[in-house]
Amino acid sequence: MQLTVNGVEVDVTSEGDTPLLWVLRDELDLVGTKYGCGMAQCGACTVHLAGQPIRSCVTPVSAAVGKAVETIEGQADAAGLSAVQRAWLETDVAQCGYCQSGQIMVATALLREHPAPTDQQIDTAMAGNVCRCGTYPRIRKAVHLAAKLIATEALV
Amino acid sequence: MSHSPTKVGLSRRQFVQAGGALLFAAECPMTFASKANAVAEGAMMNSFVRIDPSNVITMLANHSEFGNGAYTVMTMMLAEELDVDYRAIQIEAAPTSPDYYSPLFREYLTAGSVTTGSTWLPMRTAGAKARAMLVEAASQEWAVPPAELSTEAGVVSHSATGRRTTYGQLLESIHRLKIMPPDTVSLKDPSNFKVLGKPTKRYEGAAKVDGTAQFGIDLKLPGMLHGAIARPPVHGGRVVSFDATAALKMPGVVKVKAIGAGVVVLARSYWQAHKARGELNITWDRGDNDGVSSEQFYRDYRALAEQPGMLAEDIGDALGALSDADRVIESVYEMPLLAHATLEPMNCIAQVSGDACTIWSGTQYQSNDQEVISRFLGIPQENVTVHRPLMGGSFGRRSSKKADFTVEAVEAAMGESVPVKIIWSREEDIRSGHYRPLFVHKMRGSLDASGMPEAWHQVAVGQSLMQGSKHDPAYMVRGIDIYSLDGCLQAPFGVFPYGTSYQIPHHRVESHNAPRIGIVPQEWRSVGHTHTGIAYECFLDELADAGEIDPLELRLRLSKDHARMNRVLRVLREKSQWDEPLAAGRGRGMAARIYSVSPVAQAVEVSVADNGDFTIDRVVCVLDCGFAVNPLGIEGQVEGGIAFGLGGAAFGNIDIVNGEVQQSNFHDYPVIRMSQMPQVEVHILPSDEPPTGVGEQATAPIAPAVANALFNATGRRVRRFPLSSQGFNLV
Repeated sequence: MQLTVNGVEVDVTSEGDTPLLWVLRDELDLVGTKYGCGMAQCGACTVHLAGQPIRSCVTPVSAAVGKAVETIEGQADAAGLSAVQRAWLETDVAQCGYCQSGQIMVATALLREHPAPTDQQIDTAMAGNVCRCGTYPRIRKAVHLAAKLIATEALV
Repeated sequence: MSHSPTKVGLSRRQFVQAGGALLFAAECPMTFASKANAVAEGAMMNSFVRIDPSNVITMLANHSEFGNGAYTVMTMMLAEELDVDYRAIQIEAAPTSPDYYSPLFREYLTAGSVTTGSTWLPMRTAGAKARAMLVEAASQEWAVPPAELSTEAGVVSHSATGRRTTYGQLLESIHRLKIMPPDTVSLKDPSNFKVLGKPTKRYEGAAKVDGTAQFGIDLKLPGMLHGAIARPPVHGGRVVSFDATAALKMPGVVKVKAIGAGVVVLARSYWQAHKARGELNITWDRGDNDGVSSEQFYRDYRALAEQPGMLAEDIGDALGALSDADRVIESVYEMPLLAHATLEPMNCIAQVSGDACTIWSGTQYQSNDQEVISRFLGIPQENVTVHRPLMGGSFGRRSSKKADFTVEAVEAAMGESVPVKIIWSREEDIRSGHYRPLFVHKMRGSLDASGMPEAWHQVAVGQSLMQGSKHDPAYMVRGIDIYSLDGCLQAPFGVFPYGTSYQIPHHRVESHNAPRIGIVPQEWRSVGHTHTGIAYECFLDELADAGEIDPLELRLRLSKDHARMNRVLRVLREKSQWDEPLAAGRGRGMAARIYSVSPVAQAVEVSVADNGDFTIDRVVCVLDCGFAVNPLGIEGQVEGGIAFGLGGAAFGNIDIVNGEVQQSNFHDYPVIRMSQMPQVEVHILPSDEPPTGVGEQATAPIAPAVANALFNATGRRVRRFPLSSQGFNLV
């Protein structure tokens, strides 16, 4: 099978029913995407498939063929970290940090759809992402800051 | 904390040259005076700093980073005294040798929220000693007095002549001039702090936003096999026999074998091992716990609570006062088993070669891992090497005294020529874990004529964390586990140098160690307070209600002789606008605890609908953690501690029926999600006292504060947890 991950075409040999999560982690060494529950309950494994946030722990790799897969490793570009990542750093969101790849991937998708989300929209979009360290207040703050950064940078 | 420079005496010196680099060693006194006598002079040789010729400064970190902020506060301390940027310091996990044991625990252990307090002097002293040697070297080279030299960002400079040199460049001078570590060293006056006490971002924060942070589950070694373990359906069950015919035919499967923990499938990838595990046909001996249930534990423990227990404290004459009282208030509080549910599930990589073993493990407790593995394999302890990556949460789970998830990986790796990595699924984590023990507290109290508590009688029943462990002598007093009663005794008890902060004239507390069974009790963030806090602070609320005294006013009066708690409560009253009325349907509650010497109090406001659905509108948390080393980190720990305790109180429940855990994943073992997370206002009291911990403090009061607020809103008292089992659903 051929996948396109973070803009790069790669061949993978895992069985087609293997969840995309484990192909990314074990075969492609992209371990920034995390395992947390294996049943789409915690959001730690969130990646973008054709631009939409999906739970890679329940998505067979065969379903990703022919679609763009984006992971946390693809969020920074030559110019540096994405606005969402910078907002996360500026707000000092992470504690253990294990859930944050998934949180950032969901927040990034949310901001594409709602460039200036309300608290309610943030809560709804991020309801599927668990953080055991309880960084939720800072996640909310960071999403608002990222929205501001994106809006400001769009003007430049 | 003194505001004058601290003289630190050194009775031993160490000056090690290793691979062209220098290792600065500092032997340092302890910050916890109460524990100092327990530690033999000379047992605290700590070696923390390495500088290489290219001016790379490395800290050997002897505490684990699992979200607690250990790496941030430790680099801040070192950076402050060494005059370098804390983010320029490289971190290596210090080796598992006694040189690096915690001076407090005398083991290599990160626990009890003591990292900041117990590294406060050692880490600063290590930095100050290293700086003193560098300054001395430059002083001799340039023939100028040390007082004329200044240090900043890893450079020594002499402003009068404009000379500058990096720390790394001075190494050769230090060797040649044979400059030794000073016997005493002055630490900076807090008024000169540039980093300590300032809001400081997480040391490893950048790696946690770009996916590069390496957790144990992310590590990959050449040729490594992946293992998935089929575990018994009942805790303590055993494999009788298994048929692996189908599993062995699955793609990637290399081997299937029985180990103590169950049957392990070894395969080329995790998913292959996981999938093949589902094809195993295993006959289990369900063991002694077949048939046990949480409801039976509650019944048995309630019955035990009616019997006299081991007497921990008997101030005044509580039994006499209660038998003379016109009115005795009685309640029984019941708290279930709780799982930690770290988001990174347990995992470990192990390699066994001859009489040596290496593990790569996210662990809070690597000296114990080393000991348990050494016993298991029958090899010398020093032949066990522990590599410690970052951890995706821990909350006590990775401090297992049994080293369960570690030793099973070692067993799986025995006989294999390559490393073996075991990852637990979420289902294994919830069903086969170690748990906050189930507890029952029987409470009785009476009031004096003014309505204040006069007599208190508490009997706690639950599995002991420490009984029979190597900590038995230190943490058990006359058979009583001091954690079972943490925060319930008015006087210091065992090695805990603090009481409740309250004074009730007649105060009697007893405990029973519930029978030990194959369900393993485990420390859970804030340990004993997770149940004692509920029993103590909710029952105090009951007495306040019975005596018609405002609950915060009651605690202010009870803690009048405890200056630090009394100040915390006074600030809480003001910051929470405690005395202002709330709208109908809303309620306010509070609780206060001392966890590991830090006083903390919280006021909670809730809104409750007729059907029991409730929201937490606001949490105000006031704490006194001594000198606040990193206010930004402290706020995060307080928010996180509240989220963790709140989830447990609101819906945490590991329920055992016929020996089997009924929950399996986040759908039936729910945890706090974003929409349920309250607004938290954190007030850190300014203090010049030495820093104390914050990692667990905020977890301690949240459950009783919420339950008390629900009572205030509805008149309904919750005495069996979680709240959801009593019709209160956090939305």
